[in-house]
Amino acid sequence: MKKNFVAAAVAAIMSVGVAAPVFAETPPNMLVIANRIDDIKTLDPGESFEFAGSDVSRNVYEKLVNFDPLDLDAGYQPELAESWEISEDGKTITFTIAEGHVFSSGNPVTAKDAEFSLRRAVLLDKTPSFILTQFGLTADNVEETIKATDDRTLVLTLDKPYALSFVLNCLTSTIGGIVDMASAMENEVDGDMGNDWLRTNTVGSGPYKVVEWKPNESVLMDLNPNFHGDKPAMERVIVQHIQESATQRLQLERGDIDVARNLSPEDVAGLADVEGVKVVDELRGRLMYFSANQKKELMADPKVIEALKYATDYAGMSDSFLKGQYTVHQAFLPLTFLGALEEKPYSYDMDAAKAALAESGFPDCGPIKISVRDAQERMDIAQSLQNTWGQLGCDVELIVGTGAQTLDRYRAREHDIYLGAWGPDYPDPNTNAGTFAVNPDNSDEAGATGLLAWRNAWGIPEMSEKTLAAVVENDTEKRKQMYLDLQREHQKTSPFGIMFQQIEQNGMGASVENFVAGGATTEVSYWVITK
Amino acid sequence: MTDMTNGEGRRGPSFAPWLSKTLTTLVTVAVTLLGLLFVTFMIGRVMPIDPVLAVIGERATQAQYDATYLELGLDKPLLVQFGIYVSDVLQGDLGKSIRTGQQVTTDIARVFPATLELATLGTLIGVAIGVPLGVLAAVKRGSWIDQVARLVGLVGYSMPIFWLGLVGLLLFYGILGWVAGPGRLGIFYQGIVEPITGMLLVDAALRGEWTVFRDAFSHIILPAALLGYYSLAYISRMTRSFMLEQLSAEYVITARVKGLSEWQVIWGHAFRNIRIQLITVIALAYANLLEGSVLTEIIFAWPGIGSYITTSLLANDMNSVLGGTIVIGSIFVGINILSDLLYRFFDPRAK
Repeated sequence: MKKNFVAAAVAAIMSVGVAAPVFAETPPNMLVIANRIDDIKTLDPGESFEFAGSDVSRNVYEKLVNFDPLDLDAGYQPELAESWEISEDGKTITFTIAEGHVFSSGNPVTAKDAEFSLRRAVLLDKTPSFILTQFGLTADNVEETIKATDDRTLVLTLDKPYALSFVLNCLTSTIGGIVDMASAMENEVDGDMGNDWLRTNTVGSGPYKVVEWKPNESVLMDLNPNFHGDKPAMERVIVQHIQESATQRLQLERGDIDVARNLSPEDVAGLADVEGVKVVDELRGRLMYFSANQKKELMADPKVIEALKYATDYAGMSDSFLKGQYTVHQAFLPLTFLGALEEKPYSYDMDAAKAALAESGFPDCGPIKISVRDAQERMDIAQSLQNTWGQLGCDVELIVGTGAQTLDRYRAREHDIYLGAWGPDYPDPNTNAGTFAVNPDNSDEAGATGLLAWRNAWGIPEMSEKTLAAVVENDTEKRKQMYLDLQREHQKTSPFGIMFQQIEQNGMGASVENFVAGGATTEVSYWVITK
Repeated sequence: MTDMTNGEGRRGPSFAPWLSKTLTTLVTVAVTLLGLLFVTFMIGRVMPIDPVLAVIGERATQAQYDATYLELGLDKPLLVQFGIYVSDVLQGDLGKSIRTGQQVTTDIARVFPATLELATLGTLIGVAIGVPLGVLAAVKRGSWIDQVARLVGLVGYSMPIFWLGLVGLLLFYGILGWVAGPGRLGIFYQGIVEPITGMLLVDAALRGEWTVFRDAFSHIILPAALLGYYSLAYISRMTRSFMLEQLSAEYVITARVKGLSEWQVIWGHAFRNIRIQLITVIALAYANLLEGSVLTEIIFAWPGIGSYITTSLLANDMNSVLGGTIVIGSIFVGINILSDLLYRFFDPRAK
């Protein structure tokens, strides 16, 4: 009796355990993605400022103007706003809201929703709010400066005549997402304009709505039944949080997922011979750079910085451990941005480096501490710098910490060299120019921790003025030229050694088409994908 | 008739030790947990990471920084902050996680059942194989089975779980396709079973959803077997050494001399006497797994409490870390009390 029971139990377990997965591939109308999504803190477009969160937001919320995923180079296009006009003094932009857009709640999108959403983003005053408040929109004046004059007309009044491209580029970022006022206000708690509810719920007019978000686990999106555009081929999108590259690769090879978004170079190489799988490269906006704290005597010598820039093995790194992940880029605007400079004046040249160092006040170099976070690629870069700068005679030490520790030190201006990455906040050149090349007041009291130039104690009143002039230049060609000139000067004089621009390598099923991660300017767009 | 006063008088002394023992236990538990919280809280506060930046990110303005600084109560003295936290905890409020934007209690209610399910199955596997293996190894000391048990233990001790997990995944999921891949449930089965306990196997069984049960089992079996293997290695080694000690004792020789069967000698006498030590070992192994095995959770994309606490700690999300600490602390205390009770059940002397 006892024996029979054990045998039956073993047989039962074997039958379950040995069963192969039921499906070898995902259904044709469903997109399954493996990605690291543990950075999502909130789904509220007024608050969301993380990569994975922005990915969700782009597919859920429409904006006044937006990028066409199949033609990112064309720049912003009409979306909720079918047209716009700028007043003669350049300070007032009047948007005409298109008809036919409907929120997933069933409510039509009106100018009132746009007014509510933009005012709300300013009033909530969350981290990304600076993208709007930089135009002089404040909690005190939103009633006048962001105004729906009727159901189809929204008027924005700015404090200065900014370049129209600057304003509209900013409105394409996550914070420009338009939410359904009625739904948000129905769920308001203590005057939060629905913030708490919208952290975990979505109500936009975009192609998808979030059905369920389990932090660190998955995001499940279904079609917004009221979406005005063509019905997307992917009716359901599931993004699973898979931390490990090797795991993602296995799932892709098994056909359990359609797209793997965090493959290591080794796993990308491993996929080369696998049938039914392809890898698509895409240039993203993130830059990798080192910067020198001008409070430190050694670091403040321009010739020392020049020497360090020459003693950096850009090609060596991008051809070895960064292969496929980063490409050499030396200007503060990422390629594909308006006015991005392609020139690369520095290459690994020990003679030039030694010559520059000999001309400096420190011909024997000296001790240099590189502050770096404990991430693989950054550690690899830091070690390469330690090696090549060491050949110059510098005594290089790596100070390794967690992201937060390293950042704290950077913001407190305590580092010698900081090795870091910077991604654009919004798809306008000012997002990077405004931090790499602006620092009008270098005093400690100014506390401008948001400015990379300040963090490196690089006081640049003149360059700041040039940068600020570029944001009000309405002739786009002239504006582009201004940024090109700025970047050339920056390459020569700044304590920033910009080294690389990120390439994202996504592995996917061979039949997956139109997967666009968002380029340097925006985020992923699921609605155009077919497979 | 019985004298009522006398009766009460008799009951009094027998009631008091029980009450005082319970009270002592409760006070010990409270002090332990409070101490644990205090240490964790202070570590969080003295860590060289700015908790404000953890909330608002590096792009925030100084005004936003200051507002959050006040909102988090960081302007108050540390002890006051701790007092506020403890009083909130006593009211069931563990605060909000800055990383997930949700209540820590909600987060833990989501991640802990995942760990509990995995750890329980892992321990069951470890005990079901580890104990008999240990006993056999001791009985057949020096034989091939003893060598096998030793090898199993050695591999279990020396192989990094990360590597073994990946190899297991590659073999059983990638190549053979015997088990399902990472995660707790296949995409087709999600949302079918309304949660009751949060443990998918239990919920699916309670709701009678056997196809979901199959899929959940197919997902959990590999990580559970992996964890089970590691506890097995420990449990079998300990069982073997406990048994060896007993088998060389005089009472065993006496039993044999009396002509008892080998089965009775081993299981009826020697094994009976190691039960208490074994309970401690198994309880420890179980508690260990309940802490969450971070690496296993990462490889198998298992959303458990181990990776929850670790990621929270790295992001300086102290509410989540403290919440997780309370849960794990309580488990350790709970398992200790439970094994105390079991001692008394199995060992008449402890009564």
